[in-house]
Amino acid sequence: MSEFADRRYHRPEVLVSTDWVAKHADDPNVRLIESNEDPLLYPSEHIPGASEVDWVRDLNHPLRRDYLDPSAFRDLMSRLGSTRDTNVVFYGDKNNWWACYAFWVFQLFGHTNARVMDGGRLKWVKEGRPMTRDRPSFARSEYPEVRRNDNEIRAFREQVLDHVQARRPLVDVRSPEEYTGQRMHMPDYPNEGALRGGHIPGAASVPWARAINADDGTFKAADALREIYEREKSLADDDDVIVYCRIGERSSHTWFVLTYLLGFKQVRNYDGSWTEWGNLVNVPIEK
Amino acid sequence: MGQPGQRPNREVTADSPAIPGQLSRALDGFDLLVDRSERINALIETAERWQPVPSTIATRPYGDEHRTPACESEVYLFAVAREDGTLDFHFAVENPQGISAKAMAVILTETLSGAPLDLVARVSGDLVYRLFGDELSMGKSMGLMGMVAMVQRSARSASVGAAGD
Repeated sequence: MSEFADRRYHRPEVLVSTDWVAKHADDPNVRLIESNEDPLLYPSEHIPGASEVDWVRDLNHPLRRDYLDPSAFRDLMSRLGSTRDTNVVFYGDKNNWWACYAFWVFQLFGHTNARVMDGGRLKWVKEGRPMTRDRPSFARSEYPEVRRNDNEIRAFREQVLDHVQARRPLVDVRSPEEYTGQRMHMPDYPNEGALRGGHIPGAASVPWARAINADDGTFKAADALREIYEREKSLADDDDVIVYCRIGERSSHTWFVLTYLLGFKQVRNYDGSWTEWGNLVNVPIEK
Repeated sequence: MGQPGQRPNREVTADSPAIPGQLSRALDGFDLLVDRSERINALIETAERWQPVPSTIATRPYGDEHRTPACESEVYLFAVAREDGTLDFHFAVENPQGISAKAMAVILTETLSGAPLDLVARVSGDLVYRLFGDELSMGKSMGLMGMVAMVQRSARSASVGAAGD
């Protein structure tokens, strides 16, 4: 029985609690991975036994705007001492925003034995649990080079255009100001993100953090999530849904919620997101 | 830094140099740390020097006019005028995990408090990348640059106010 059974999630086993993580501190088949936005956080302290996966250095392609290739993923997993069967548990700052991003990238490589620690780093810290600066080291493991599958959970711009023309649902998880095009960049600074503001036509606005309980950073229960996505935004779990934000990180959090917690059958993350769409020539935009 | 009673260099001029001396020296020091982990450790140690805003300066709830734009760590700036017309800066960082924001707050506070206003007003937000490297997320870099922008604005406002005296 999952420790999250009372929240009535579709796949409750994809979450673990801080208690679970504490109890599995010495489990050789568990690799705890911290993934943050703030590059100083992990080095300043982290959960004992946790390794760091950095979204730029570890998950991005070093040259192209893309994710790491199969050989780089194999090397990353080998460095983490993981095999294909290792239970990888992600957590991080910003209510697991970056942890979900790393989780999503791992799913491109089909590493399905993966979990997210509910509440993330802040919940662990608030509970007064131990932290350390010691980095774990693992003997390099044999991890197979597996194909990256960009077809199931990732969307590209041509697919998004088709999606818009077919009037299928999208979810824009950015802030309301970004959604309306009110805010594109910071006052007094050049626009770093996009030449145009607004949102992809037909997209519903659901800022990603609405899925989170603000007090402890845990995911809301399924009933509360259904209230937002299904009743308020009229999405259905058999819809073909594309989620996006600015570069695909916040939307991976919503992708996780819709896919695993609510059981939506086809959700794709458009990682080109607004930094691509807002710069494309002659694509439709709404404000 | 000027003497009490003096009000030197308060107006922003087009030919003002861009980096006040203490900030320039701090940046030069970080430039020497080419090893990424050394640089990160130095920034963490810097963040550990951050101090909450004294209650004599400001108390919660802090006003939105003090809030740094685009900073998700919820950072507030309070600028207090010195007798010589320069400013003391105090940053409240309300996110306990806002360690980069704390490091930035310490660097700006320690190097720009008491610096000539015209120089403070011309400090470039690019120092964020010089300190933290170019691997920051856009959100994080915007937040940290927002802290620089707040300091700049405070200096400009004080400079304009002084010019109108």
